[in-house]
Amino acid sequence: MIEKNLIIIGGGPAGLAAAKAAYDEGERDILILEREQNLGGILNQCIHNGFGLHTFKEELTGPEYAGRYVKEVVARGIEYKLGATVINVTKDKVITCVSEAEGLAKYKAKAIILACGCRERPRGGINIAGSRCAGIFSAGTAQKLVNIDGYMVGKEVVILGSGDIGLIMARRMTFEGAKVKAVVELMPYSSGLNRNIVQCLNDFDIPLKFSHTVVDINGEGRVSSVVIAQVDEKLNPIMSTAEEIKCDTLLLSVGLLPENELSKMAGVELSPITGGGIVDDDMMTGVEGIFQCGNILHVHDLVDFVSEESDLAGRRAVAYIRNGKISKDYVDVSATGGVRYVVPQKISRQTDCATLKLKMRVANVFRNKRLVVEADGEEIFSKKRPVVAPGEMETISLNATHLDKIKKASKVVVSLKEA
Amino acid sequence: MKEMICICCPMGCHLQVDASDLSNIKVTGNTCPRGEKYAKDEMVCPKRMVTSVVRVNGGTINMTSVKTSESIEKKLIFDALDTLKGITLDAPVHEGDVAVKNVCGSGVDFVVTKNVPKK
Repeated sequence: MIEKNLIIIGGGPAGLAAAKAAYDEGERDILILEREQNLGGILNQCIHNGFGLHTFKEELTGPEYAGRYVKEVVARGIEYKLGATVINVTKDKVITCVSEAEGLAKYKAKAIILACGCRERPRGGINIAGSRCAGIFSAGTAQKLVNIDGYMVGKEVVILGSGDIGLIMARRMTFEGAKVKAVVELMPYSSGLNRNIVQCLNDFDIPLKFSHTVVDINGEGRVSSVVIAQVDEKLNPIMSTAEEIKCDTLLLSVGLLPENELSKMAGVELSPITGGGIVDDDMMTGVEGIFQCGNILHVHDLVDFVSEESDLAGRRAVAYIRNGKISKDYVDVSATGGVRYVVPQKISRQTDCATLKLKMRVANVFRNKRLVVEADGEEIFSKKRPVVAPGEMETISLNATHLDKIKKASKVVVSLKEA
Repeated sequence: MKEMICICCPMGCHLQVDASDLSNIKVTGNTCPRGEKYAKDEMVCPKRMVTSVVRVNGGTINMTSVKTSESIEKKLIFDALDTLKGITLDAPVHEGDVAVKNVCGSGVDFVVTKNVPKK
């Protein structure tokens, strides 16, 4: 068994930022385990630009953003292993890893940061009826095939889901010579960024059909058409509105799910809403010494916020390695009144942080509201929000005065109230 | 008055553009100066950054990614993409390498955004 102070599982944006921060905090015994053959994670296939505006004050493509962090990690001489897949993590922080280079290896860590990212929801996750033919891809799989492997996935495309990956892939397929016949969105709004609707759909006259879904897939061997229909306010398809669209490819961009298989093995308690771990203000899960950051914790819209959150996890993991077990007494932070969730879900009364960011998503599109934090019923923070939408993560920055009030409270609630 | 959404960054500001006089376009709703520039360009000569991929010979992966060094005229997008077809770069390729110089006479280059080492 190889002993390490800090092991980071995942070498994507979260893992890289956590490693850099941990090193800069003084930790030298760090190992990153990455299952792919390259560091950088999903950014390697996100070749479009728009990354890094917060972190680097300039607009980079995904590979460039990843490249910056890889450079930082390499410059610090932080150890990493590629092609190394972790297959088990225990609550005692023993990691089992398989790789071509080392076969089966066991590691014991003082602290673990889980930075495993998320997965795409597959066809089975939304139960679309129809033929089980070829030509149905999750949008991210198609993105990988086109951008990394150089295989074009189809010529006439329908995309279900108007999240950012769906929108980006609509443009990407158009650039590669495919005809994108429609982007179909179940909800009456898009969860993608406005700029992507403009520059990925409107620029190329690709129709976006809100309140529609795919109700049937036809094809023998390969997709030949899909049937779409409008949905009612309960999201049930109205079959009289059904319409057949000829196509050879269906891309699914229907949600991302934090990848918590390893967390479950380690006994980490998960949130049924985010699908990620329940963490405190140090990004530590309920299992002593096991931390989470990035899309494994909750799905982010901007990689900049992943880097920021992971920087915190890296630093706090080092503090944990130094100070060992600290008994913590927690104030629960819950979401209600239009706010779906808040991360972190609990704040330690012993926290020595001077500031803390709460991240959250709302349940619907709302106008003219205030985001409010209450400690035992007393409003301690309020921020006007002219428009909020489920697709855009909201952030509340708490200062030392807010935190003092929170530490004395028995519960903290975040909600949307009338402006 | 024309409404548009700024695409300069993920904020996506809603802009109101008064272009009744093309020599004096008035923009409101922007939160930074880039929004004003975007709206004016959009009325006169819309521009876009273009990103795509190029085949790599002998690399650890088949493709590298490229971007235009600056945004190019929107009407040039598909001609620009055509210049990438049929070209192959030899590994190793490095971030910043020029893949296509002076794309369609625009003065803008396609530059590599991803390192691909030799296999």
